[in-house]
Amino acid sequence: MRNTTIPEEEYMLPGHVACLGCGAALAMRYALKALGKKTIVSVPACCWAVIPGVYPYRTLEVPLLYTAFEVTGAAISGIREALEVLGQDDVTVMGWAGDGGTADIGIQALSGAMEREHNVIYVMYDNEAYMNTGVQRSGATPFGAWTTTTPVGKLRIYKKERKKPVAEMMVAQGVPYVATANIAYPEDLIRKLRKAKEMKGPKFIHIYATCPTGWRVPPNKTIEIAKLAVQTRVFPLYEVENGVYKINVKPKERVPVRDYLRMQGRFRHLTEEEVELIQKMVDEEWEKLLLKEEMTNRVRKE
Amino acid sequence: MITGNEAAAWGARLARVKVVSAYPITPQTKVVEKIAEFIANGEMDARYIRVESEHSAMAACISAENTGVRTFTATSAHGLALMHEMLMWAAYARLPIVMAVINRAMAPPWSIWADHQDSMAQRDTGWIQIYSESNQEELDAVLMLYKICEDKDVLLPAMTMMDAFILSHTMEPVDIPDQKLVDDFLPELDLPHRLDINRPAGHGSLIMPEGPVMEYRKAMADAFAGVRDKILKVEEEFREIFGREYGGLVEEYRTEDADAIAVVSSTIASTSKEVVDRMRERGLKVGLARVRYFRPFPHRELREIAKKTDMLGVIDRSYTFGYGGALYAETKGVLYGHSDIPVKNYIMGIGGRDVTPEILEKVFMDMLKIAKDGAVDREVEWVGLIGDERWSA
Repeated sequence: MRNTTIPEEEYMLPGHVACLGCGAALAMRYALKALGKKTIVSVPACCWAVIPGVYPYRTLEVPLLYTAFEVTGAAISGIREALEVLGQDDVTVMGWAGDGGTADIGIQALSGAMEREHNVIYVMYDNEAYMNTGVQRSGATPFGAWTTTTPVGKLRIYKKERKKPVAEMMVAQGVPYVATANIAYPEDLIRKLRKAKEMKGPKFIHIYATCPTGWRVPPNKTIEIAKLAVQTRVFPLYEVENGVYKINVKPKERVPVRDYLRMQGRFRHLTEEEVELIQKMVDEEWEKLLLKEEMTNRVRKE
Repeated sequence: MITGNEAAAWGARLARVKVVSAYPITPQTKVVEKIAEFIANGEMDARYIRVESEHSAMAACISAENTGVRTFTATSAHGLALMHEMLMWAAYARLPIVMAVINRAMAPPWSIWADHQDSMAQRDTGWIQIYSESNQEELDAVLMLYKICEDKDVLLPAMTMMDAFILSHTMEPVDIPDQKLVDDFLPELDLPHRLDINRPAGHGSLIMPEGPVMEYRKAMADAFAGVRDKILKVEEEFREIFGREYGGLVEEYRTEDADAIAVVSSTIASTSKEVVDRMRERGLKVGLARVRYFRPFPHRELREIAKKTDMLGVIDRSYTFGYGGALYAETKGVLYGHSDIPVKNYIMGIGGRDVTPEILEKVFMDMLKIAKDGAVDREVEWVGLIGDERWSA
């Protein structure tokens, strides 16, 4: 008997070439379940340029336009406007880019596309580093993480900067619908993509996507880690509609960040003091998020 | 009376372009402003994506064209250089995009004036390249290029070049063709490989060395090889409808019995024609070959022209550091094994340096001397440098 609201229709065929336990593969599968067949996807250089398989094989049951690393925002702008010319305004256009392709090299095209208010969905699936090229640091790599370009070493050079808050940047730009989602919360993820599909205008969704290969965790821990990211408040689930915040999951208990960090090889080098520092950062961000929710709801009521 | 920039905009309008994606840069700005005016006044039914960079301008043209609609953009110099990655993307994806390039020097130092360094640097991207000599030719080239590029046997992008300010900001009489005639000449785009929700496919997916990647490139090379005949065919068709013609890939001017022929492109050709006339009046037998299409390179035409004369003087408005000008190097390349006449390269007009009739006459005199001697004094010579007495007017 079915005990889930997740649609049974599949638009992603088996046979993809993602790593074992890939969160990004799962994210696409759910996203397409939400959006359906009348969807065109554009993907830049990223893991998802490889995951669909090598020519002549393909994994997706929707058209997929591959494009260059930094242009996802521009690519979906062009598809959208061409579809409007052709009268196909019932087709959903989704840009699907990794964190490097979004937070770093693609930020300009993303910002431009959102500012121009094209009717598109931009998804940043976030595995927190350049995973396709072999785990190099991106602007979205969290504080404290090991990557191959922040290799710790004798001098303890790990990622010393905070994660770039792309979703908050999109809120600041005034994007009418901004949401975070997580593969461990598929109903929430699907609901958000459906909402994005129904809304006209630009939409930005930040999906947390565990990367066992890059994070140095066993592939069967993908969902457990993703769930912990929400429970520890490292990756809060929220949505911002016309500037008004709504936190979707407010964990009742305060699960320590340590539990999340200690599961992953990429944080193995961190001392207890550094773990405490990260805990403080997470607490601070969570407090700010609660205040944003309170403040924006109050402003709307007034 | 319209400027070259306006002529390019009129070309896009008459071609019923559906998506324009552009970013402003001097001296191209009037192209995108004029198109914006056309759209704002309801005279042109197109979507205008006011992108945040030239890189995105080309990226959005690519995705819109790939969705199956006709696209247009325009740029110059640094904007063109920024597009470089996406130029190859457009060509390799076999998308018949047409772009107006207003030739401008590359910095540093900052220069907004005409030379061909920007477009010459893009000659290996797989785009058809044509250099216009007049505003009328610019407008007509846009119309002809859509017809050529969208041919199922071609499916390649094209850029049409005009010299900054000399054409872009200078008014000339231009005949604006009747829309109905253009519609008869240019049918709607029917892109065979467009994105289609009823035919889901991966466009540009990962391919292994043993996959047909090399075959794609060969197919593109074959398509390029066929462009020459398409150009001639389309120009003939254009002449029948609109009554204008430009001489195919290379326009010859008084080449019969010429002792020396200048090989030149763009607006230097206009000044040169004037000089050729003056010198012919004095019995000096000089001629001119105006290279319109640089891609495909007119190898057959240049070999034929070399047979008619004793010397070729190739004038380049750019320099490919390492050897000489690109037009010179490629001209010499196609003559190898076909002609033994001396060929000399004159580098002129860099950064918008004025190319006067007086300087050009000295160049022609130098060419006639080489024709008589049967050998060049030096292969490459820079002409018009400050303080150089030899070439000063």
